[in-house]
Amino acid sequence: MLARLAEHLYWHGRYLERAEGLARLVNVNAHLNLDLPGRMAPGWEPLVRITGNSELFKEFYGDEVGERQITKFLIADERNPGSLQSSLELARENMRAARDLLPREVWEQMNGLYLRVSEQITGNISKRRRHDLLGDIIQGSQQIAGMLMGTMSQDHAYDFILIGRYLERADVTTRILDVRADDLLPEHAEEVPAFESIQWMSVLKSLTGYQMYRRHVRTRVSGRDVLRFLLRDRMFPRSIMFCLKSLESILDDLPGDDDSALRATTSLMRHLDSARIVQLKGEPLSEFIDRIQIELGEIGQHISQTWFQSAPE
Amino acid sequence: MDSLIVSGGLFYSLKRVVYRGMNLNDYKVSEFYDELITPSGRPRAATRALWKYLKSLDAEEINERKVACEVAALVAGITFRVYFEDSGVDRAMPFDLIPRVIPKKEWDQVSEGLEQRVRALNMFIDDLYNDQNIIKDGIVPADLITGSENFREQCRGFSPPLGVWAHICGSDLVRGGDGTIYVLEDNLRIPSGVSYMLENRQVMKRVFPELFEDSGIQPVDEYPAQLFDMLASLSPRPVEYPNVVVLTPGVFNSAYFEHAYLAQQMGVELVEGRDLVVDDDNDVFMRTIAGMKPVDVIYRRVDDAFIDPEAFRPDSMLGVPGLMRAWRANKVALANAPGAGVADDKVVYAYVPEIIRYYLDEEPKLANVPTYKCSDPEDRKYVLAHLEELVIKPANESGGYGMLIGPRSTKKEQGEFAKLIKADPRNYVAQPTLALSTCPTMVPGGVGARHVDLRPFVLSGQQTFVTTGGLTRVAMKAGSLVVNSSQGGGSKDTWIVDTEAASRAGGES
Repeated sequence: MLARLAEHLYWHGRYLERAEGLARLVNVNAHLNLDLPGRMAPGWEPLVRITGNSELFKEFYGDEVGERQITKFLIADERNPGSLQSSLELARENMRAARDLLPREVWEQMNGLYLRVSEQITGNISKRRRHDLLGDIIQGSQQIAGMLMGTMSQDHAYDFILIGRYLERADVTTRILDVRADDLLPEHAEEVPAFESIQWMSVLKSLTGYQMYRRHVRTRVSGRDVLRFLLRDRMFPRSIMFCLKSLESILDDLPGDDDSALRATTSLMRHLDSARIVQLKGEPLSEFIDRIQIELGEIGQHISQTWFQSAPE
Repeated sequence: MDSLIVSGGLFYSLKRVVYRGMNLNDYKVSEFYDELITPSGRPRAATRALWKYLKSLDAEEINERKVACEVAALVAGITFRVYFEDSGVDRAMPFDLIPRVIPKKEWDQVSEGLEQRVRALNMFIDDLYNDQNIIKDGIVPADLITGSENFREQCRGFSPPLGVWAHICGSDLVRGGDGTIYVLEDNLRIPSGVSYMLENRQVMKRVFPELFEDSGIQPVDEYPAQLFDMLASLSPRPVEYPNVVVLTPGVFNSAYFEHAYLAQQMGVELVEGRDLVVDDDNDVFMRTIAGMKPVDVIYRRVDDAFIDPEAFRPDSMLGVPGLMRAWRANKVALANAPGAGVADDKVVYAYVPEIIRYYLDEEPKLANVPTYKCSDPEDRKYVLAHLEELVIKPANESGGYGMLIGPRSTKKEQGEFAKLIKADPRNYVAQPTLALSTCPTMVPGGVGARHVDLRPFVLSGQQTFVTTGGLTRVAMKAGSLVVNSSQGGGSKDTWIVDTEAASRAGGES
């Protein structure tokens, strides 16, 4: 397949997963704010930092850091290249560029999702409407993934969509963990037990992982176990390990002699396996997550050098 | 009023126009020839089944179908981009519910006429780039070439395989007041619109399945397979599965939808110039994730001038350096061949009847519109004196740009065109305003008569293939003669109806 199209499909996979991830991220934060008493609630500021857009936000909104500004910035602001709206648009444009490789119905679905969301995303979005909208985006993204799995030949074109998707999904899961890692719990140590499990349940639910966690982990929800589940579980499709394992098997099948992307993936899996999760809290957890994000970025660079470099600019 | 429409699990809100039923009984046949209705107000023979069916629908049912069409088109992304509109916003091409119907008997004759015409035009192009016998024999003047923007020096002394230059031709046909079908122009460079023909049929089958049972409507779906076979037959390498690609200028081109659609329907790669390379041995390759892969046939949808910066415009970012030398070395086939446009210039058009007689020794089977050549002093004098009655066309523009429609023009516009013609007479021709035929069309408030044309597509390789019908374009504004999609025109499904087959199958007698 054409190197250029492989690259478009890879980015389509990434951006659609990113849009879904942002929807999940906003949802988990909204739930946390509802579930926790005021002084322990995280507010909205952490999301801006976690998505890596603090400077841009300050430029557009100055010191107005309310829920309204931040959710607008994250969801609907076209000036923010990392907003949900921008991600969805890029997911669509990248798919459009390669759509002759895909079943037509999938393109119709993508185009429909984009048009529908663009229409609803304008103006002020009430909390209630926001919840529906984000749910719709998550469902739309899942539908596209399902249609691809059910109707597209599992060829290299499909592989590149999956590569983009799993790489981005691993990244999204780290950012959702970041929301939790960032909280102020240690300062309210005596109240922690009462709220800890609520917080981790929110994290699990935002990844549609609560039921799967209960089935497979079988313990009450605790930070250590949830972390282990989301970092290392080999069966839950949004855990980082699952994403890497999937990446590994796809990368192994791609043509070419350069296996640097594969080696970087295997290496990150080893790091995850050897991490001592019991000790990960607060600052060390944040650092650990940062490190995973950096290594994910490196995998992305290897992929681009190996398969897209012949795609001219 | 906005409304929510459910389609395949998707919700759309569309601006809703309420159509007050078809009111087919009130349909006013204009003074023009109507494609569906006789002057006495009765449906033509091939139209009877359709007309009866449409009359049976009430306003609600019509609205439902109209909305279903719009949703189907929007969801499928059947959109085109309009030049000079920098926002690049997608806009759905207006699609009209009421099909245009042509009896199969009549179409068979038109089809023969098109084959004849394209055969002669291909011989003409081949002659122009080689011996130029037609000029030596005094049939066409030499300045037809020297004055043509589309004559490519780079093609001199070369003849592509089979002597075919215009492998895909889209000729525009119109019907005049007397019911005669005329060829209005030939598009031999990169004619577009065939995807709309195919899509329109898909939409109609989705929305009016009842009509396709037993009514003798001929299918159109064969085109992509025919196109692929024709392209594959051009391969310079004698391999069983030649590598065919579609070359597009990219996603921002107004016809990108069609490029992607055809590539997908044929199951071939859609490439951009930057995906291809020509090496020192003149072999053409595309860049893939597994390295370089050879390319045999290119269905190029990039203009001549941009196709190869080595041979044409050096600033082109859309082309492939070295493509012309690969083509001339017979390492790759290009469809259409560069330089084919020399024969679709509007001045050459005036000579097509003579061209047919010269090469084929046959009488033209399809009529040409009488055409005045401004390069001819007598004709020019007439044209300048009758600007208010004539349609003035520049030789090399397409898409309806740069035209003067005399009866609808102001004195000032006429004055400007008089200046243009005097400055560059070779570049202009004039034709009488044709009383273009009309077809009943859904308009807000009911059904109105709107002018239509027809663009069939002709494939030429080892065999010739003519589409069953073609793309009917319709001017959506009352009285307007401009059907180009870039200027607000819409389209209709085109039915070639075999009334005999329909009655054999127990349909309308």
